[in-house]
Amino acid sequence: MLSTIYAVLFYVATLVLVGGVGYRIWEYARTPAPLKIPTTPAPTTWGGVVWRLFKEVVFFESLWKANKWIWVFGIVFHMSLWLIFLRHVRYFQEPVFTLVALAQPIGKYAGLTFMLGGLGLLARRIVVARVRFISAPSDYLMLLLFLAIGFSGLMMSFVSHTDIVAVKAFFLGLMRFDIQPLPADAPLLVHLTLVALFMLIFPFSKLLHAPGVFFSPTRNQRDNPRDKRHVAAWALRMEKAEGGQDTAMNKS
Amino acid sequence: MSEQLDDKAVEDVTIDPQAQADPLFAPQPVAGKTRDWKSFPAEEKFQQPLGYPGPKPDDWKERALAKMDELRGKFRSFRVFLDICVKCGACTDKCHYYMGTGDARNMPVGRQDLLRSVYRRYFTLPGKWFPSLVGARELTEEVLDEWYTYYFQCSECRRCSVYCPYGIDTAEITMAAREILDSVGVGMKYTNEIIGKVFGIGNNLGLPKPALQSTLEDLEEEIEEDTGVKVRLPLDEPADVLLVTPSADFFAEPHIDGLIGYAKVFHATGEKWTLSSYASEAANFAMFIGSYENMRRIALRIRKAAIDLGVKRIIIGECGHAWRAAYSFLNTLAGPFDFLDPNYPVPQHICEYTWDAIQKGKLRFNKEENDWIKLTYHDSCNVARASRMGDYPGGQFDIPRNIIKAVCNNYYEMPEDTIKEATLCCGGGGGLLTDDLIPLRKAGGSPRMKALKQVREEHGVNKMAAICAICKSQFTKVMPDHGFAIDDIMSVHQLVSNAIILPGSEQEAERDGADDEREKETSA
Repeated sequence: MLSTIYAVLFYVATLVLVGGVGYRIWEYARTPAPLKIPTTPAPTTWGGVVWRLFKEVVFFESLWKANKWIWVFGIVFHMSLWLIFLRHVRYFQEPVFTLVALAQPIGKYAGLTFMLGGLGLLARRIVVARVRFISAPSDYLMLLLFLAIGFSGLMMSFVSHTDIVAVKAFFLGLMRFDIQPLPADAPLLVHLTLVALFMLIFPFSKLLHAPGVFFSPTRNQRDNPRDKRHVAAWALRMEKAEGGQDTAMNKS
Repeated sequence: MSEQLDDKAVEDVTIDPQAQADPLFAPQPVAGKTRDWKSFPAEEKFQQPLGYPGPKPDDWKERALAKMDELRGKFRSFRVFLDICVKCGACTDKCHYYMGTGDARNMPVGRQDLLRSVYRRYFTLPGKWFPSLVGARELTEEVLDEWYTYYFQCSECRRCSVYCPYGIDTAEITMAAREILDSVGVGMKYTNEIIGKVFGIGNNLGLPKPALQSTLEDLEEEIEEDTGVKVRLPLDEPADVLLVTPSADFFAEPHIDGLIGYAKVFHATGEKWTLSSYASEAANFAMFIGSYENMRRIALRIRKAAIDLGVKRIIIGECGHAWRAAYSFLNTLAGPFDFLDPNYPVPQHICEYTWDAIQKGKLRFNKEENDWIKLTYHDSCNVARASRMGDYPGGQFDIPRNIIKAVCNNYYEMPEDTIKEATLCCGGGGGLLTDDLIPLRKAGGSPRMKALKQVREEHGVNKMAAICAICKSQFTKVMPDHGFAIDDIMSVHQLVSNAIILPGSEQEAERDGADDEREKETSA
């Protein structure tokens, strides 16, 4: 019964996450950026744009310019998250990739740095008056959700171990649509419920910053408006409806 | 009553000694401090020529939401920026209006949230289901009023977009908000009246052709008196180069000295150039109100002037947002410009032209003419963060400085974190250069003034140069409060004009007669 509930929960959560984020990406991709608005100085080539986005996503370049405290907490939080993610891949493959195997010992401690980063961000949200002003209840809850996921995970790593072999069997089973028994340990069930919640709210929340940053016109556009005419489809239709630029200019 | 509030808000910041010295000092946030700083709304007669309704219609709420829906389908920036802000706080201390007023609604994200909260309520699931949890709220008269207030306290300078980890640009939200406001009949008088003048007469100031013509003739006489050379300022004449410049260049100080500078440069290079009375305005205030359609109508005037006058190149005079509208948008809005000479980018900045002439050795200067000046340079926001000059990123910082260094011996930079991409807005950009908003303009200009005072103390700087008509006008209003004279703000081409030695001029005779050795030095 328990296994079935969690199996259904994770099937639904996965559908919502993949379908929802996919839908958002489709929305962002099909919405035109009708004007060239890169924040300059901006790269003039696609290679330059890739490099700019790489620096933004990996090193948080703009955040570094803005505020060293947010940068420190933010980078620790996000980089730990990557390591934790890598470590968890072992639950979904047999045998595991070398990279995933290598990440195991580091990933364990990344859980601790993850908590540190999250707590730092939470502290700023509470202590710094400017950040407190702009925070809605959901902003606190989001951080608390992450911290609770981290805490329940750390409990299993360091305090009250669960049967991870069974957990792995459960998730490998899910991938074959074959529901295996899930251990009924409290930290595990809390951990999994919160992770499912995280997956469910992702497409409807500010977590969209992850795919969204790649669609930010101030960061992903080339600075070449004089070399290449940049026009949105809706603007071209408007031009055509007016009989072209030279007809329109005589009317205006 | 509002006067009292004005004084109080500005005072709070200036009595703190740390606040007095540090250009980037950010006060503690208080919501609503500047809620009474409002510009005059546009009457129906100023709305109508732009295609907007007059007084607010009964169904304004439905119309506003429909407009918001339309904009999120047409502008990816609007949709993405509203979705992805994580409220990290990186931008909160980056706005000059926030630094100057301490009003929490002037923090970039505080400003964005005025609209984001409504977007969430009507266009997102959590906002529909749990409004208070995610800070979503209904669109009401009060909210609309708040939008009008605070979206006209943003100069669209993009400083926040430099620091946002996702590149969220408050200017995009401000522009969208103003477009929504206009679409429900709540426009701003200053911007909309001016746009109407461009449609009716051809420029922001409403100067008709005869007035323009006589101003230009006066300038020709003035230059001849000063130099003994007959330098032309042609209007509506067939030429190779069409110069489109902000109309402030025709009458305001120090703008007009810049215009004299352009004319002298064209004269010295032997360029056949002209101004146009039809496109006698480089400024495009429709950008400020986020109206693609109106922005295009203004841009098409430049296209028409270029075709009618049969020119080969378009050059834009010293103006910040005009350079953005020209560099970044002209080709999009009014292109393609395949009828112009393909050997030159369309459009070019006057600084690109002058720097090119300097590099080719076409201009001769006597730098000593500017020796009484200790100069610093203010990067105008739209030039710095929304456009480029030359053929590499960052050319917009180097080219004006290169020109300055070619004509001035004493040049000093303001603090690193207040120049180039981090430059502070003058406080009057984005359509806020109106007397209705003087307290806001002074508060918003104060961070730049503090940076300027630092170089005055350290190096004895006595003049600041800029290449933006709005910056220049704004600084003539703000600098006197900080112990500077009204004419301590200068045009870059005013400095060029001071130093240039025109062929056949009195200055040339004086120079060559006096000291042959030195001439070789300066021309080398």
